[in-house]
Amino acid sequence: MLAWTIYIPLSAGLALLLARPRSAIVARWIALLSAAATLGLALASVLQFHGSSERLVTIAKLPWIPALGIQYFLAADGISITLVLLTAIAAVVGILFSWNVSHRPAEFFALYLILIGGVFGVFLSFDVFLLFAFYELAIIPKYFLVAIWGSTRREYGAMKLVIYSFLGSALVLVGMVAVYAVLPSPTFDMTAWSQAVFPRSFQLWVFPFIFVGFGVLAGMWPFHSWAPTGHVAAPTAASMLLAGVVMKLGAYGALRVGMALFPEGARFWAPWIGWLAVIGIVYGALVALVQKDFKFVIGYSSVSHMGFVLLGLASLNLIGLSGAVLQMFSHGIIAGLLFGVVGRMVYERAHTRDLDTLETMGLAKSIPSAAGIFGLAIFASMGMPGFSGFVAEMQVLVGAWHSSPTFALLAGFGILAGVAYSLRALQKSFMGSPARASRRERRLAGGGAGKMDPISVPEGLGGLLLLACTLIVGLYPASLLNLIVPALESPFFEGLLRPLIK
Amino acid sequence: MNTLPWITLMTFLPLGGAVAIAVLGRKPSGGTRHLAFVFSLIPGLLALMLASKYEQAVLSGTGGAGAAAVMQFVERHSWIPTLGVDYHVALDGLGLSMVLLTSFVIPFAIAATRGIDKGQGAYFAMLLTIQAALYGAFTSMNFFHWFIFWELSLIPAYFLVRIWGGTDRKRAANQFFVYTMVGSITLLLAMVAVFLVSGSFDFATLATSAKEGSITRNLGSKLGWLSAFSDGKGLGVFVFCLALLGFAIKVPLFPFHTWLPLAYTQAPPSTTMVLTGVLSKLGLYGMLRILLPVFKEQAAELATPLLCLACATVVLSTLAALAQKDLKTILAYSSINHLGYCLLGIFALALAPQGAGGGMHDSAALLFNGVSLQMFNHGIIASALFCFVGFLESRPQGCPNLENSGGLRGQAPVLAGFMGVALFASLGLPGLSGFVGEFLIFKGTFGYAAWAAVLCAAGLLLSALFHLNILQKIFCGPLNASWSQFSDLTTEERITVAPAIVLLFLLGFWPQLLVALTRYFGGV
Amino acid sequence: MTSVEYLKWLEFVLPETILAAAALAVLFIDRLALRDQSPNVRNLLGSMFGIFACLFSIFWMSQSTVRGVLGPGIVHLTSVTILAKQLIVILAIGALALACESKFTPHLGEFLSLLLLSTTGLMFLVSAENLLMIFLCLELATLPLYILACFDKTDKRAAESALKYFLFGSLAAAFTVYGMSMLYGYAGTLVLSDVALKLRSVAPEPMLLVGVTMTLAGFAFKIAAAPFHLWAPDVYQTAPLSAAAMIAAGSKLGSFVVLTQFTAVALAPHSGKASWEAWFPGSTPVLAILAGSSMIIGNLVALRQTSVRRLLAYSAVAHAGYMVVVLAGNPAGAMAPVLFYAFTYGLTIIGAFAVVSVVQNQNGSSDDAMGAFDGLSGRSPTLALCLLIFLLSLAGIPPLAGFFGKFYVFGEALRSKPALDLLWLVVLAIGMSAVSLYYYLLVLKHVYVFSAGADTPRLHIPIILRCTILLLAAAVLVLGIAPGLVLNQIPGGH
Repeated sequence: MLAWTIYIPLSAGLALLLARPRSAIVARWIALLSAAATLGLALASVLQFHGSSERLVTIAKLPWIPALGIQYFLAADGISITLVLLTAIAAVVGILFSWNVSHRPAEFFALYLILIGGVFGVFLSFDVFLLFAFYELAIIPKYFLVAIWGSTRREYGAMKLVIYSFLGSALVLVGMVAVYAVLPSPTFDMTAWSQAVFPRSFQLWVFPFIFVGFGVLAGMWPFHSWAPTGHVAAPTAASMLLAGVVMKLGAYGALRVGMALFPEGARFWAPWIGWLAVIGIVYGALVALVQKDFKFVIGYSSVSHMGFVLLGLASLNLIGLSGAVLQMFSHGIIAGLLFGVVGRMVYERAHTRDLDTLETMGLAKSIPSAAGIFGLAIFASMGMPGFSGFVAEMQVLVGAWHSSPTFALLAGFGILAGVAYSLRALQKSFMGSPARASRRERRLAGGGAGKMDPISVPEGLGGLLLLACTLIVGLYPASLLNLIVPALESPFFEGLLRPLIK
Repeated sequence: MNTLPWITLMTFLPLGGAVAIAVLGRKPSGGTRHLAFVFSLIPGLLALMLASKYEQAVLSGTGGAGAAAVMQFVERHSWIPTLGVDYHVALDGLGLSMVLLTSFVIPFAIAATRGIDKGQGAYFAMLLTIQAALYGAFTSMNFFHWFIFWELSLIPAYFLVRIWGGTDRKRAANQFFVYTMVGSITLLLAMVAVFLVSGSFDFATLATSAKEGSITRNLGSKLGWLSAFSDGKGLGVFVFCLALLGFAIKVPLFPFHTWLPLAYTQAPPSTTMVLTGVLSKLGLYGMLRILLPVFKEQAAELATPLLCLACATVVLSTLAALAQKDLKTILAYSSINHLGYCLLGIFALALAPQGAGGGMHDSAALLFNGVSLQMFNHGIIASALFCFVGFLESRPQGCPNLENSGGLRGQAPVLAGFMGVALFASLGLPGLSGFVGEFLIFKGTFGYAAWAAVLCAAGLLLSALFHLNILQKIFCGPLNASWSQFSDLTTEERITVAPAIVLLFLLGFWPQLLVALTRYFGGV
Repeated sequence: MTSVEYLKWLEFVLPETILAAAALAVLFIDRLALRDQSPNVRNLLGSMFGIFACLFSIFWMSQSTVRGVLGPGIVHLTSVTILAKQLIVILAIGALALACESKFTPHLGEFLSLLLLSTTGLMFLVSAENLLMIFLCLELATLPLYILACFDKTDKRAAESALKYFLFGSLAAAFTVYGMSMLYGYAGTLVLSDVALKLRSVAPEPMLLVGVTMTLAGFAFKIAAAPFHLWAPDVYQTAPLSAAAMIAAGSKLGSFVVLTQFTAVALAPHSGKASWEAWFPGSTPVLAILAGSSMIIGNLVALRQTSVRRLLAYSAVAHAGYMVVVLAGNPAGAMAPVLFYAFTYGLTIIGAFAVVSVVQNQNGSSDDAMGAFDGLSGRSPTLALCLLIFLLSLAGIPPLAGFFGKFYVFGEALRSKPALDLLWLVVLAIGMSAVSLYYYLLVLKHVYVFSAGADTPRLHIPIILRCTILLLAAAVLVLGIAPGLVLNQIPGGH
């Protein structure tokens, strides 16, 4: 059933691409309906999964290219389901936030749907080749989404984004063909790879290829620089998907392919990953603190938050790993929300993202509901308890203390810097007072302050949906942890986690 | 015993009220405040009911025997499996007294609110949210759970200062928030370390393992960190300091107090009532509930420097208050001063040896009662004082300071009388509530650290100066001409502040009312 | 070999004979019967006839059960070589289809018959296992291509580039024949397997290595591997569409197949070693250097191109490099990936050339600068989508054929004994293919992101050309999703 989450968006996307309905209404309703269908499917399977004791549900397993041992093997465990749910939510909200796209709408929604179809594919693939194919399939639509519908320096941002992604996947490809070459009988079945224990010396050099390859997309420092530029250049829905979901592809791949299949390598390299993660956390937060462009603040905050995911991965224990997965979900929701507010609610009304200019506009007055949503979202992003980010970062911190207190302390500093840039962004963007603005500044701002359209229904709906998600998960994290933890305890991750369980 | 999840109900009622008031109060109207008052009073009455039930249950012994009996209204459900966190709430005497304080101060603050003209609904919704957060924090028996509410109280407080504050509100709100967040994060890190050692966030479990000494013992081995800390002892002190910082900033303890005067003066008076009345108690409560039980060893080890800091807090805040002219600032420093006594008591408590049979030593019990009494009393006194500030500010002449006024007694005798009572209570006049707590603290501290008690007594004497100074400069002397139009308290204002004045007398004469509750403490 | 059994010979070479006959027939029909018809009709009928002959030849091959060697390795029919022939003919059909509506020359009969003759040469080439036969077939296949390259007599640049092609090609032929003569000198036989047997007892003397290197260098000219690629950009840019397609697709497939045979069989005893830590002279180091330099030069120079055809030419150099990687790494297992890669690459490049030529013709002047592609997605969405498919397949994006081809080539290259011998080369190749995405996207940026000037008309695309392009795009997509369609025909591939 879950496989339809791949087929529905892909076929709807192709249909849109080929039929090209002229009317934007048709295009966006097709997109919304197909995304909503995937959300329904994802929710249904979450519920189904909660009740069942099965840890790995095979959806489809067909020989695809038997000569190379490649299978069409779709399956899901708790981690996949969690991320599928995230993708579905982000997809629906992204469409709600792009309700007003009028430039080449059919193509926009077509590429958007193809992108999320590819993302679903990655999360559900249990054949490495298939996973990689979906992974790369997701790269190309990103380019066009950013280059055609983007804003600031869109062509540059798009190209950077794609080249980074592609270089990352090139590293993964090296690892993949190396494994293919050393296996006596070729197979790409992940469950088989997780049982075939590769020699330690082999793992030691293959692991960094695969981990860094995926890590590029996860915004791992120092390969993160595509993320802020890309996010800023992207149109709202695309930056929501990029930060919300696509970065998770990288982290998911790093966990599922990199760490689970090469546990020895993971153990050897974990301290290094930990350092990179911590640097990413602190660096991202500090850079976010001095940005002038509102979207860059959020972009760098993504780097910082993805650092927590990587730190959780590097902790190599159950709590840290489950925290990392939870943080993937949480950051997906929160970053999506933040980008939604900045890109759609603010930018399209104020026509600027410059924080100093925004400060003179007193947005809290003209669009109070956006201010409310953003206020909550920024607190969620800070890691306030009660929101999903807290539980996730808490677990990551626990995991990190466990493996290395230094990391935990540095990450704690990162959280603090996070509070600082979040507050700064909140104050500059929404809580400035128009009274203080000089007349010249107000003229520069376009004089549009106070006359902004109210937040439309689709925007409000999307914002509330994401807020509800982060609150539900924050208050009742077991809703996802009951999925994630059994998956981590399954035989698939045994090689990674077993030696640590005393 | 209890069929309904009383505590959960009590915690979430104000939240519901907050949502309702935010929706209903979008248009400015006079009714909003009254509605908010009702919303905050309902859970307050519920708390009162719980208090009576509690006493019945504990005194009659129907709730079981021993330590188990101290904790009542227990609710416990599995919550976050990976961290072993349960949704675990319960009430003991200390928690109950703090819940009662909250139940008093928040409705009081709402009733005393004046001059909020923009976004009334949102303002009261924030206050109600704080109420919910405080109920949650004072009833949770699990660090994780507690921490959520501790932080939750911060967000509305930030907005209250940031949006409705005075001219320098931005700086005030930021300082307040960032300082507190620093503390929160270090506290969180410390507790994460403790969790790794003990595998639990549950207060009771933590206290038990701390008593056995396993936390300190295992810190070194489980956290295999820097060789400097290889014995676990140094690491224990380090972790203790991290945790301490969180509470020390919130209370505040010198030298982490610098955010306070600005925040208290910039916040609208009714917000300051809440900040000083209850939010500062959150830090003290955390010290009693978490810091002392879990880090008993380290606290005892560091008691001397900590007592020094407490003394510094008391003495320096008095000196600072003496140097100020602005009424609000003086009262802010006075708050620091009074909280300093609580800190003194708490740090002295760390020196208390374990009594026979696991119970509290006599003088330790004295000290503990003193601290909890002082916490409660200061909550009432400080909120009452800032309530007067609010009333003064709502008048066209604004809030008087020591320079520009005088002789107001003639113009406003009722105000002068009521405020005089509150000031004398704050000063610690016997017969009023402030005295008992301070007396018990000094008496108790004498047994453990006489020098600190002596130093702080000096501070106490000095503090009398600025209290009297206020009375003298504002209310006595010749009438300043610009205040000739000054009006006395209205009936509504009198009714608002009367319960507080009554309580000041009541607890002054009959402290047993409260001590009967607080002696049931399920912690130390 | 005592007497020649002509019937048996005919049985072996009937498919080639069909094409050769068709080549002559096209020539004569065009000259004699269609003299008075309009060029369009002549063109259509001629190429249709050629396509029909090709189809017939493919059909014959698929039905034929003839297997075995004819003469001393003259024609060796195995299921692999037959498949290779079929694939070549399929690519030739593509080239012929593109010729249907070309208008650049009145001498259509000659043009088509030369195309068919070249195809015949390539078909012979892939089944040859005799050094002399290989050389002859290479020449038979290439000579018509020299002529085809400059068939558009109105274009000076075409003449120049064809001359370049011819000169370089002759030089290459000289290299090949010289190198082969040295091999013959050591081995005393021309049949590949016998050469291998003899060489096994020969020490790796310098002269032998010179022979190996020179032969390989000759082949490198044919497959346009750097540093012997200099003719390619000019020819690709100026040759008529069908000719360019044939040079880039069919000729490359044939050359690669025979190069694979040659390396895997004849040079096996002297393969040498080119792993990171140990080098030992032989064919592997030569091929590794060829592969490395092709990938680097091809990709990096392509980055700077503004003409799309030249860009495709340099990318062709890079693609030749990718294929040589597997020859260097694991010649024994190279046939299946090389066949798959060369075939899908051929389909893709023919399609890409076709789209480029449509755009070129539309603009009147033969302008193939990137600017000419601005707003193609608005002017002809289908064509733009097809170009997207072709270029992304070249870049190696799933689910297109190019992705699987690359994966197969690189994976197989590492499955040498011992495994991972040429890891550095594969890492280089994968890294370079990541670079290549940049310039393909550059073209696509013009197609999709930029918009055309307001007065730019919708594109008119001749119907047969349109069908061909669509079919090619569909094939690229289908072969990417189901590579088994070709792979299952290759017995050597696992």
